[in-house]
Amino acid sequence: MDYSEKVMDHFANPRNCRKMEDANGVGTVGNPTCGDLMTIYIKVEDDVIQDISFQTFGCGAAIATSSMITEIAVGKTIDEALKISRNDVAEELDGLPPIKMHCSNLAADGLQAAIENYKENNQ
Amino acid sequence: MYLDNSATTQVSEEVFEEMKPYFREEFGNPSTLYGIGRESKKALNQARQRVADAINAKPEEIIFTGGGSESDNLAIKGIAFKLAKKGKHIITTDFEHPAVKETLYFLESLDFKVTYLPVYENGVIKIDDLKEAITDETILITVMHGNNEIGTVQPIEEIGKIAREKGIKFHTDAVQTFGKIPVDVEKLNVDLLSLSSHKINGPKGVGALYIKKGTRVTPLIHGGGQERGIRAGTENVPGIVGFGKACELAANQLDEHYEKLSSIRDELIDKVLGTIPEAYLNGDKEKRLPNLVNFRFKAIEGESLILLLDAKGYQASTGSACSSNKLEASPVLTALGLDPVDVHGSLRISLSPESEKFDVDEFVDILSEAVSRLRQMSPLWNDDLDYDGVMCKKHGDDCRMC
Repeated sequence: MDYSEKVMDHFANPRNCRKMEDANGVGTVGNPTCGDLMTIYIKVEDDVIQDISFQTFGCGAAIATSSMITEIAVGKTIDEALKISRNDVAEELDGLPPIKMHCSNLAADGLQAAIENYKENNQ
Repeated sequence: MYLDNSATTQVSEEVFEEMKPYFREEFGNPSTLYGIGRESKKALNQARQRVADAINAKPEEIIFTGGGSESDNLAIKGIAFKLAKKGKHIITTDFEHPAVKETLYFLESLDFKVTYLPVYENGVIKIDDLKEAITDETILITVMHGNNEIGTVQPIEEIGKIAREKGIKFHTDAVQTFGKIPVDVEKLNVDLLSLSSHKINGPKGVGALYIKKGTRVTPLIHGGGQERGIRAGTENVPGIVGFGKACELAANQLDEHYEKLSSIRDELIDKVLGTIPEAYLNGDKEKRLPNLVNFRFKAIEGESLILLLDAKGYQASTGSACSSNKLEASPVLTALGLDPVDVHGSLRISLSPESEKFDVDEFVDILSEAVSRLRQMSPLWNDDLDYDGVMCKKHGDDCRMC
């Protein structure tokens, strides 16, 4: 697979890859049958994402996008974080192979699911 | 270390040397009558003899082709078109190479009927299933000798005996077995047998189809009458010369290579299954090629595993959908009835005679570390969550796996 250096770096040295026991928002997207499953954990205080981590089963692109979004989203308000798109993540990684844009670029969806979960928990 | 020899192999030095003169000095067309043409013709004849000797055939039973896929196409379409008036039923297995499977799909579009025999969890067909599938309309049985992904070997000799009793033509794709285990066309009772050069340290773009004397096929490529009118086109002389040499070498060293490779294979299987938790072997443990093993590891995805191994200098392959151009999980592993999630965690390792320097202990250490690293990242390994309820939001309606 023709991955950028940045993708390979995030795949080989993933940032914030861990379960978060005290998360107040958790989102899981993907389907293991399709080859990717991603859980994003967030800890939100005063509407700001103070901490974010992930667990991912999937290909190099799935792991790299998970890792990248933790770097993009940390410190952002949840409204700002909701605006992060799949393309933003791919661009930050200097692009993804076209075939992976559709299937493994799940991290933005995962973060949105985690924020929705946080909002439900705090209604 | 290159561990993907079922994908392709490196041309050996002896083969390369043998080919060299036929690019520049001996460039003649074998169909011409003057000196350099005759030299090419001689080289072609010698190569044909070498291929024939390697499979216990006669030289006139060897048709050179552009590779294994073409050989499969020629065998299957060639018999189907020749015998269509007699019947339109063909029997095969559930996990053939795409060169066979796609050819049969094409024939189905022309109103041929195809029966796909199940291969069960161990990746071997049952003879009784075959017997039941045969009808008066059956004109061809095509069953691969050794599977390209999991390395299981089919009971070709027995199938051939049944085909012969019933007067049905029998083809086998021996691309993966040739040079690894004995391939003797007389013993195997086959009418047609496909070979490829680049799997046995020969050049790419050349192969052969064995066609038993008396078996007639309709040609696919019409033209100037080369290869007894069965495969037109000026012969790929350097490629064929290289293929001939590779056959000779493979046949001469078969026993020695078998011993060496099967002992490395067995050590690898024992150590991987003994060291890595939730690791499994795909396909029958006994009925398999000496050079190919396929494992699966719970809760990890194969492309990631390939990348980690590559970073440590080991090149292998996986049946994970994520690594395929079609985003489709390996149809071979799926045919074994494996859970699609487990198919993603598959790893194929295929050795060559040069793999004698392969340090199994070192490799298993690295593999074990890579697997546990990916498992540390995997929610499937670390959570007891029930993921059945998680929707696939990415592929939508066109997801083949969902």
